[in-house]
Amino acid sequence: MSDLLSIEGLGISFGGLKAVNDVSFRVRPGEIVSVIGPNGAGKTTLFNMISGVYLPGAGRVMLDGADVTGMEPHLLARRGMSRTFQNLQIFQSMTVLENVITGYHLQEKGPVVADILGLPSSRRRARKAMAGARELLERVGLTRAAEREAGNLSYGSLKRLEIARALALDPKVLLLDEPAAGCNAVETEEIDHLIAEVAASGVAILLVEHDMKMVMRISNHIVVLDHGEKIAEGDPATVSQNPAVIAAYLGAENAHG
Amino acid sequence: MRLTPKSATLIVLALLVAITPFFFPSGYYYRVGALLFVNGIAVTGIVILTGYAGQISLGHAGFAGIGAYACALAPVHWGLHPALAAVLGAAISAVLAYLVGRPILRLKGYYLGVATLGFGILVSMVLNNERQLTRGPDGIEVADLGLREVLKGWGLNLTNGEFWYFFCGLCLIIGAWLALNLHNSPTGRALRALHGSEVAARTVGVDVARFKLQAFVISAVYASVAGSLLALQNKFITPDVAGFMHSVEMVTMAVLGGVGSVLGAIFGAGILTLLPQVLTVFAEYEQMVLGLVMLLVMIFLREGLLPSILKKFWGKDE
Repeated sequence: MSDLLSIEGLGISFGGLKAVNDVSFRVRPGEIVSVIGPNGAGKTTLFNMISGVYLPGAGRVMLDGADVTGMEPHLLARRGMSRTFQNLQIFQSMTVLENVITGYHLQEKGPVVADILGLPSSRRRARKAMAGARELLERVGLTRAAEREAGNLSYGSLKRLEIARALALDPKVLLLDEPAAGCNAVETEEIDHLIAEVAASGVAILLVEHDMKMVMRISNHIVVLDHGEKIAEGDPATVSQNPAVIAAYLGAENAHG
Repeated sequence: MRLTPKSATLIVLALLVAITPFFFPSGYYYRVGALLFVNGIAVTGIVILTGYAGQISLGHAGFAGIGAYACALAPVHWGLHPALAAVLGAAISAVLAYLVGRPILRLKGYYLGVATLGFGILVSMVLNNERQLTRGPDGIEVADLGLREVLKGWGLNLTNGEFWYFFCGLCLIIGAWLALNLHNSPTGRALRALHGSEVAARTVGVDVARFKLQAFVISAVYASVAGSLLALQNKFITPDVAGFMHSVEMVTMAVLGGVGSVLGAIFGAGILTLLPQVLTVFAEYEQMVLGLVMLLVMIFLREGLLPSILKKFWGKDE
């Protein structure tokens, strides 16, 4: 199968310091690729380059065969890329349901005049988005919180809300930045299932996650970063045996645990 | 059955417009009421720009000035009907808002506040200095709208005060209805989303620059219509309508009442319109009181008066 997302020699420097240097890998449809590495290894920076938040200093991002390097996030969304954030980016003063409906923006948007006059066409668009949003809330188990103000939800619920919003775009490529951070074991497992399910539907998933158990369990392929460079990649079994990885990451983890 | 906030707001406004005249001690209060409604319209525009989209303007009086002077000048120079002149003013305001907003709104931070401030001052300067056109600071008379005579022909005989009271009241209700439509529409959600988190709004596909510009243009039209109504009912207008103090007044009214809600902002407009009527001394200290009000609301009632009061009585649910 062809690559949905292909990262080719991506790099960026902040004030002369190479935060990410010459990183390449690819994600195929239905595949879960995880990026791991110690704190400060450049994972989130890499994410921000791929999703158009930062302009890469070097390299290319190919989405479904097209060069999308440095493309603005809202244009990437149109091409089928969607993401969540490590430190939540929720629309706090909107309801939980409205947050997910907003994920349907590209489907529900229309002429502003129709919206301001409350024309039937505008309501129809909104109703359709709302129906989809309710289904997604059901899927992530937030139906009962639908009408609550999003700012009042627990951390774990907000994580799931963000995933629901990202799924509302019906993405081809989904970037998840630490989706299980701050979640308890039960919630982590729920998110686990959700991610596997989404991948099974043919979405290419790129994951940054600290929870190594989760990464080892669900990833097809793992990319290891250290000091902004790719030091290893492969399937979970191979990567966990790699001496460089153990030294850089797993070793440190084991020493703590 | 539970009322939606939209119908609740419209019902409250309609009752307010219909019932308060029974309590007016004199015909003068029709004038005060009409002024309140005009301010309410301008402030509803601020709700869309600041409350929904989270953008600030310190120059919206400039658009009010354009709406007002369109009504003064277009009938004289081009023989346009005053009502069409108001429409022309709104169109010019929309185009100007688009041209001014387009370069600024792509930038982040406080650029918009500063740039709009400059825009307002510019309009005010033109109105003050282009004497051969605007007659400068002394002001200029405005043609009669003529609608009252039409109504008289239909057997509806209103005094001048009554006519403007109900006409502006009707305009306010329409303006509020449009703003409330917008709130729960796809566009309104996009605006509130970019207010909440610009980066998240982008990742769900919201063209942030475009939607900010839409909010700016729409709110400019509101300000322009308010300016036109002010000019038409007074039959006279001075450049003060475009002055910096008027811009600040608009924002203060909205923030005081609650910039996130249409009814709240109109409530704020009500308070700051009535206050000078009740306290004549207020006029002398207006700038000071405005500043103080802003300060206290920002510190103690971040959401504004009305939402805070509602929360107190209805609990968290509103």
